[in-house]
Amino acid sequence: MIINHPLLGPRDAQEFTYLGDANLIDRPDWQADGAGQAFYEYLYLRDNPAGLHRELWYHEQGDRSWLVVTRNISTHEITKVELARDVARAKGRGK
Amino acid sequence: MRYSGFRVIKEALTGHKGWQPAWRDPTPQAGYDFVIVGGGGHGLATAYYLAKEFGKARIAVLEKGYIGGGNVGRNTTIIRSNYLLDGNEPFYEFSMKLWEGLEQDFNYNAMVSQRGVLNLCHTDAQRDAFTRRGNAMRLNGVDAELLDREGVRKIAPFLNFDNARFPIKGGLLQPRGGTVRHDAVAWGYARGADQRGVDIIQNCEVTGMRIENGRIKGLETTRGFIGAAKVGVAVAGSSSRVMAHAGMRLPIESHVLQAFVSEGLKPVLPGVITYGAGHFYVSQSDKGGLVFGGDIDGYNSYAQRGGLAVVEDVCEGGMSLMPMIGRARLLRIWGGIMDMSMDGSPIIDRTHVEGLYFNGGWCYGGFKATPASGWSFAHLLATDTPHPTARAYRFDRFQKGLMIDEKGMGAQPNLH
Amino acid sequence: MSQQNRIEGGQIDRSRSLSFSFDGIRYQGHPGDTLASALLANGVRLMGRGFKYHRPRGPISAGSEEPNAIVELRGGARREPNTRATVAELHDGLEAASQNRWPSLKFDALAINDRLSPFFAAGFYYKTFMWPKAFWEKLYEPMIRRAAGLGSLSMEPDPDAYDKGFLHCDVLIIGAGPAGLAAALTAGRAGARVILADEDFRMGGRLNAETHAIGDQAGADWAAAAVAELAAMPNLRLMHRTTVLGAYDHGIYSALERVADHLAEPPAGKPRQILWRIYSRRAILCAGATERPIAFENNDRPGIMMAGAVRSYVNRWAAAPGKRIAIFTNNDDGLRTEADLRARGIEVAAVIDSRKGEMVTDSSGRLGLTGITVRGADGQSRTIPCEALAVSGGWNPNLQLTCHQRNRPVWNDALQAFVPESLPSGLSVAGAAGGVFSTHGALTTGTGAAVAALADLGVTATPATLPRAEDAPYAIKPLWYVPHTKGRAWVDQQNDVTVKDIKLAKQENFTSVEHLKRYTTLGMATDQGKTSNVTGLAVMAELTGKSIPETGTTIYRPPYTPVPIAAYAGRSAGKDFRPTRLTPSHTWAAEQGAVFVEVGMWLRAQWFPRKGETHWRHSVDREVLTTRAAVGICDVTTLGKVDVQGTDAAEFLNRIYANPFAKLPVGRVRYGLMLREDGIAMDDGTAARLAEDHFVVTTTTANAVGVYRHMEFCRQCLWPDMDVQLISTTEAWAQFSVAGPKARDLLQKIVDQDISNEAFPYMACAGITVCGGLRARLFRISFSGELAYEIAVPTRYGDGLIRRMSALAEDMGGCVYGTEALGVMRIEKGHVAGNELNGTTTALNLGMAGMVSKKKDAIGSTLSEREGLNQPDALNVVGLRPVNPAEALAAGSHLINRDAEANAANDQGYLTSVCHSPHVGSSIALAFLKNGANRKGETLRAVNPLKDTEVLVEVVSPHFVDPEGERLRG
Repeated sequence: MIINHPLLGPRDAQEFTYLGDANLIDRPDWQADGAGQAFYEYLYLRDNPAGLHRELWYHEQGDRSWLVVTRNISTHEITKVELARDVARAKGRGK
Repeated sequence: MRYSGFRVIKEALTGHKGWQPAWRDPTPQAGYDFVIVGGGGHGLATAYYLAKEFGKARIAVLEKGYIGGGNVGRNTTIIRSNYLLDGNEPFYEFSMKLWEGLEQDFNYNAMVSQRGVLNLCHTDAQRDAFTRRGNAMRLNGVDAELLDREGVRKIAPFLNFDNARFPIKGGLLQPRGGTVRHDAVAWGYARGADQRGVDIIQNCEVTGMRIENGRIKGLETTRGFIGAAKVGVAVAGSSSRVMAHAGMRLPIESHVLQAFVSEGLKPVLPGVITYGAGHFYVSQSDKGGLVFGGDIDGYNSYAQRGGLAVVEDVCEGGMSLMPMIGRARLLRIWGGIMDMSMDGSPIIDRTHVEGLYFNGGWCYGGFKATPASGWSFAHLLATDTPHPTARAYRFDRFQKGLMIDEKGMGAQPNLH
Repeated sequence: MSQQNRIEGGQIDRSRSLSFSFDGIRYQGHPGDTLASALLANGVRLMGRGFKYHRPRGPISAGSEEPNAIVELRGGARREPNTRATVAELHDGLEAASQNRWPSLKFDALAINDRLSPFFAAGFYYKTFMWPKAFWEKLYEPMIRRAAGLGSLSMEPDPDAYDKGFLHCDVLIIGAGPAGLAAALTAGRAGARVILADEDFRMGGRLNAETHAIGDQAGADWAAAAVAELAAMPNLRLMHRTTVLGAYDHGIYSALERVADHLAEPPAGKPRQILWRIYSRRAILCAGATERPIAFENNDRPGIMMAGAVRSYVNRWAAAPGKRIAIFTNNDDGLRTEADLRARGIEVAAVIDSRKGEMVTDSSGRLGLTGITVRGADGQSRTIPCEALAVSGGWNPNLQLTCHQRNRPVWNDALQAFVPESLPSGLSVAGAAGGVFSTHGALTTGTGAAVAALADLGVTATPATLPRAEDAPYAIKPLWYVPHTKGRAWVDQQNDVTVKDIKLAKQENFTSVEHLKRYTTLGMATDQGKTSNVTGLAVMAELTGKSIPETGTTIYRPPYTPVPIAAYAGRSAGKDFRPTRLTPSHTWAAEQGAVFVEVGMWLRAQWFPRKGETHWRHSVDREVLTTRAAVGICDVTTLGKVDVQGTDAAEFLNRIYANPFAKLPVGRVRYGLMLREDGIAMDDGTAARLAEDHFVVTTTTANAVGVYRHMEFCRQCLWPDMDVQLISTTEAWAQFSVAGPKARDLLQKIVDQDISNEAFPYMACAGITVCGGLRARLFRISFSGELAYEIAVPTRYGDGLIRRMSALAEDMGGCVYGTEALGVMRIEKGHVAGNELNGTTTALNLGMAGMVSKKKDAIGSTLSEREGLNQPDALNVVGLRPVNPAEALAAGSHLINRDAEANAANDQGYLTSVCHSPHVGSSIALAFLKNGANRKGETLRAVNPLKDTEVLVEVVSPHFVDPEGERLRG
């Protein structure tokens, strides 16, 4: 596979390390009610869809950016690549 | 019809006219007491044991494609019960014991061949971990031997002892481990189940679940609605897709694992050998092909095909461990979809829907579990209580912090 | 008799003769020959034996799809089993041997199987060999395995080198027949970056094997001229002997170039083969088509081959497969053979065109064909003597690569073949691979595909004016197997699968294509089903009365042809399997005669033997005792180091460590425990605060990469607005531990600043200078329990520093120690390490429950509270010593209560780390024990069933040395 890195251009997926579902960005609030259940669902449950999947890849052999790659996991077609940091900010994460 | 050497000779002399279909192709009935979704090894074994061991009738197996086309038909054929943890070891040993009597039990030669499984170690820490595991096996009454370097050399003198990046320090051997002709397992169970009245319905995909008041009523399929009092889902690789019909999100990701076969070679490998410093494990089939594998590709995929990087990685491991295979040619590569779970261990459990049961999350260890998985799932379906050896395979273990994590990799499926 | 079947013409170099041997007999051939063509020229048809029945076999093809003529090529460590004689390029001195026969190819004892064939029907082994149970491993399976396999391995390491390479191009053209050459000419002339790869050593494809003219040239001459033009283009790379193996995602292709397989051995410094990874923007598949057989009784005798192969041997190699040749075809293409044979002066015994109702029904000949039986349209049979039979059952497009991403082909009734339909992104198909079988069609579609591919890339290409070429229609009437056959008619020749076997599979309901393949082994031979799959499928379709598309399709996976395992491994074999990382003190340590050990990718000094020390324990005990008595130095560079800077650095660490870090003062170090989000311990290490906004974090050697990745995840994905920057500095700093009562004295001799206990107390850290101004860092931390420091200098000074410090240590009665002594001292001190941080243990297990702050959010803190991780009988780390100090403990032993039976139900825990402690004077251990924190003083059994030993042990504090910590504060 080739991942079109937003800063570096097309790169072989072999340069990257895979983590998984981009929902791992949505780490729950530890002080909210039901935090235990929220953390369980956050860490362990997956949609695992047979179609478009937003997922985290780390450019370990490159610039060490975390990326959010939108990929059809039935065909491996990649439709979007974003910096995870931008995605996290867009999701409202800050400090 | 019973298979035997006598029967083979008789048919040979009479033009093979008497062989019967190994299983029927029945038309689905309107309803069943038990419907097993998934005609792979686990599903077929479940149906077989439901009928044979639990005396149940009105059973159907629904298969989207052809039976035995999932992971039971695309694996590296290894059986072993060399696990560390309490939640696993008794279950896999139960499976091993079933393997040991399987062929006589279902009257099909699946070529259960106990030529040994040898895990190599390359560091002191690895040897310590193997010692712990081997002792756990022995405390469970399972065979295990810890070999030193010379012990390994005696079994496998062709390994790279002299020019290795990671020298071989020893190994953990399970002599009763080995290989099984994988397709024959599916066929043997299918034939045995069919003979006991189980309807095996191929080319029948489940497209929905009819659930009323929290209870399963039956399944929508490409061959119409099929009613069911109890439904057992055993579709590893597609678990998330099927269980989504019941509104469930699972602690499972789908990943691709590749496996490899070389051209036929005169047999040289005694049993199964696994490399401890790279992703490579190998055995040699009764036809002569080296059957080997390595790591999963590492990213979610339903595509049933792998990438080049893992092919190279696996062959690097192979060349590093046994450099004499260099001029043997890799003949076929295939990719299968694994249910990679969050702790590397499976789930056999009830669900929040009454009458709906789940069996999955086998990672790449499902083949060896086939008999025990089928038996345990049948036990659960028939009695509504977990089989004693499968008690730990619960859904709620992640909520409760009771993970069964052999490799200690945590909630990251691609590392298990 | 030399080359008695060599005829006039051909594309061989008759000016030179090559000598070669097959089964020890010497023959002559010419450059341009393959092993198969040279053997045929010498009148040798018998080249192998079938797998199951051991029947005599000769080549049926002239290409890489060959299932029968497979041999062991070369000798010694270079022996290559299962090599297709049809593509093995002849070189002087080539040695080949037949395989899977005993005692000889002409007389093979296992040919008895042929007589017993009724007992060996498809899948017979699934129905028998089950009784008595124990006989499988002892009798049946060994018997089967003796007969298993084709060629044999040399059992010696492969002496050749294999390389990997990476190429980029605009257009990759796969196959250099008429379609590929036309595509390459078009794309090359337009200036695109083009790669043209072909598996053959001579480009041209069927143009080299047929007599068709292109324009006013012979096809082969046109091809040679085209190749010459392409070779002159700087933007085009011609890759001979290069098979494109696989089509991967996003335009990536793998290809194998056989650099030196046509030579006796690779020239010095050259690899045998290169595995290329080709990154293409567009690719065009021009891989041609493969002719398929017709199944009839005894259709497997040497001399029976594909009609196209007969034309190849006659036209290209000037090697007649026989003096008198018959033709059996169900299509027009097969009929070409007649004219070609006559033009070469070869007698045509008969032309049997099944479309006219006539069939070949049987053949005769013991080790090679002597005649065929033909049933005429009138139903009358006659026998025709002949030495060869050219068979054409039609052509299957070589569409394999179009299926590698699981696109499925469709059935084309007119061609009676599968043709590509949906294609991988970026790939197009031209010529016979796409079902266009005429030369004119190949040139046209090749050109068109190139124009279209370039248009996709924004390049306008002018299609060349195409020369006139053969454009015959392809008329075929399907005939898969000759009906009413009583005997065996082969479908898969190598695996000995016959029409009868397919019938049996049908009878037993193995009708799905996959069941058919798996039950009968059809298509599982080394030809990967190229000569058998479609035929097998078609036979099954006929038997079940379904159409072929209803019955199924064929699907293919990489590799296109089998590939040596060594080629996929490349240089990453033997010692070069993985890179070796060396520590800054490595050269010096090697000079001292250190024993090294692999630690991940690193090589670390394990111990430093001195004269007279005959056992590793002597060295290690000395290093431990010397360090504890005076001073010891150890290279700890391999520990991971992460530089953390920014105004939020303290808060960042506060969140990634379970214990608090926000208020760590500048100039101080703190031990930190990092959890995974699931509450399990991930790693431990230290964080040193060098400035308000600057920390240095250390990790364990094993987790250096993973921890850094995790920290970047937290920084970028969880808290993207924190002002914090990370960089791994593991390799930037050489770091040494200096431990022991004289550690300060030693360091004070090189450190420029005051490091007295007052000025630089326990857990202090600072940027310092050494040796009169060299930048360094000093941390007062201890892993051994002694007064200890870690000193870091830029890596390039590491060698100098170890030389200086080791000399000082020597003067002070100290020494340098390796990882073994390091391990002993940490066990003596009760520090947990990799054996305890095994990915399943919590802070509670590790005796650090108190470190997990409940007052802050940190990774892992919430899920660490789950009930399963906090059970009353949870494992706790404890120390163990044998009740009898003479007894040795073993890591991996399990703990059992004194009077309990040793079984899994009574398992109380296990020993993680064990060493001989020179300090204690006995074996000691760290262990995890259920409720261990409350069981000090208990006596248990450490059982080791693997060695059949058990040792009585006493539960003690894990801190065997200086439990109060006075030494490290001194």
